[in-house]
Amino acid sequence: MTIHPHPNPLPSREREKAYIEEFKLAEMIATREAYGETLARLGEINKDIVVLDADLSGSTKTAIFAKKFPERFFNMGVAEQDMMGTAAGLAVAGKIPFASTFAIFATGRAWEQVRQSIAYPKANVKIVASHAGITVGEDGASHQSVEDIAVMRVIPEMTVIVPADGIETRKVIEEMVRYKGPVYVRVSRGKSPVIFDDSYSFEIGKGTVLREGTGVAIIACGIMVSKAMEAADILGKEGLSARVINISTIKPIDKDLIIKAARETCAIVTAEEHSVIGGLGSAVAEVLSENYPVPMKRVGIEDKFGTSGDADRLMEIYGLTPENIAKAAREVIKRK
Amino acid sequence: MTEAAQLKEIARNLRIDILRMLHKAKSGHTGGSLSCIDILTTLYFSKMRYRIDDPAWPDRDRFILSKGHAAPALYAVLARIGYCSNEDLMTLRQAGSKLQGHPDCKAIAGIEVSTGSLGQGLSMANGISLALKLDKKQSRVYCLLGDGECQEGQVWEAAMTAAHYRLDNLCAIVDNNGLQIDGAVKDVKGIEPLPEKWKAFGWNVITADGHDFDSLLSAFGKAEEVKAQPTMIVARTVKGKGVSVFEGKAKYHGVPPSDEELAVALKELGANIK
Repeated sequence: MTIHPHPNPLPSREREKAYIEEFKLAEMIATREAYGETLARLGEINKDIVVLDADLSGSTKTAIFAKKFPERFFNMGVAEQDMMGTAAGLAVAGKIPFASTFAIFATGRAWEQVRQSIAYPKANVKIVASHAGITVGEDGASHQSVEDIAVMRVIPEMTVIVPADGIETRKVIEEMVRYKGPVYVRVSRGKSPVIFDDSYSFEIGKGTVLREGTGVAIIACGIMVSKAMEAADILGKEGLSARVINISTIKPIDKDLIIKAARETCAIVTAEEHSVIGGLGSAVAEVLSENYPVPMKRVGIEDKFGTSGDADRLMEIYGLTPENIAKAAREVIKRK
Repeated sequence: MTEAAQLKEIARNLRIDILRMLHKAKSGHTGGSLSCIDILTTLYFSKMRYRIDDPAWPDRDRFILSKGHAAPALYAVLARIGYCSNEDLMTLRQAGSKLQGHPDCKAIAGIEVSTGSLGQGLSMANGISLALKLDKKQSRVYCLLGDGECQEGQVWEAAMTAAHYRLDNLCAIVDNNGLQIDGAVKDVKGIEPLPEKWKAFGWNVITADGHDFDSLLSAFGKAEEVKAQPTMIVARTVKGKGVSVFEGKAKYHGVPPSDEELAVALKELGANIK
């Protein structure tokens, strides 16, 4: 992968610091909110950024950009396929389009447009989809994407990123402006704890060890990263040492970090708010089975659709809890 | 010679190139390449501004072949301009060729976007038109669709977008040859009344004879004068136009000329047979 130098400047270090402080003080922030605010800030500095939405700008938070830069915001109405094609055209003509809607519509309804009009010609389009996973909550299965990572990951040339918190989201969006090529970024509706601090530096394809450990490695993405940290606490109290790894770039995945974890802990658990088929768990299994097979277990949605309900309650129903991750860890440790 | 007569002569030669490359490739889309070549000829050799030595010239006019299966027509034009070579034409659809079965913008300078999956070109043309307007460029964007392609829902999403954003730098053309793979468009799934449909979607609509250069030149000229509205030229065409054995036959949608058919075609087109 080549990182192209970008001629457009990014915010000054001071401004960035002040902004990160705001996020840290918030303690809990939805990654979609971090996306919307970051986009609006970057829009001031980089005039090539244009934003498209499909009648969900209030929910995806692109409305913040729209309010500041109405001439560079294009509401495409309820027409996701057309939105992806229009974004491709804008990119071909030199703009840096961010196209946003709910994850299920961005990756499901418009999958073929993403493949044909964006990925195949390697158009510089940033698809940032919100309301991924079951934490959409009350809207139910029709709006809960549990397949998006899988269907984006399979497309050649596509980079797939799932930020873990507001700060990582901000760093990811900045990197998206710099990087030339198609990217899918998955953000969430609900608030989640802030994990990173200002010192964190995001690099495409690089995972982060958030906590050292030797008995098992828990590899997580998105809102499951903080759950993985809690799981490590539970395991710690039982005398089990768990490493926690944030893999925000699902593709291209950080093979070295995963293989190192497998070699050093000999037991792997993955955790994601996505189907266990085709997502982070599958990507990690692909790396392990071809390079360093060790006992592993995937925590995720077990080949089921979502359902309506309070987001926290749904996380319990679908087993996306620290307790369930800890249970999976105990199992793989036994299988060593 | 009048401009129309000059264009007619260019189109005659391009038809010969199309048939030779399809015959060599032993696969590809004959009917739709021949039905749209007069439209491409008018655009590339009369209307459009571009630089032969600089395909990426920022002020160029853009052409999007939304009906990507008519790639041989586009390749013949690009070879005549010099964006690819005549030798390249004879590699159509072969492994390692720049001339993919459907246009690949990464392979040849002068191809603006990759197409082939029907229904997607107009959205991309809209995106380019929006960007050109943001940049205050005078360039125009042309997008050619098939009539069967108008069965794709995305075409009508894009139709609404172009009208909503008043893209008067955009001119789309429907190659209205009335035939698609499975037969007549009216039998497969009717799309008429086409001009009225586009009108209802907020477009300035012009009907033209897609094989009459005066008619096409006049239509493109009128399109340039329209403000605050995109223009759709419904070009009535004949599938396989120019060669008696292919004309008006759905069968030749995706069938290349046989040895015998090529011989007949080259004779009818007055080609020098080597």
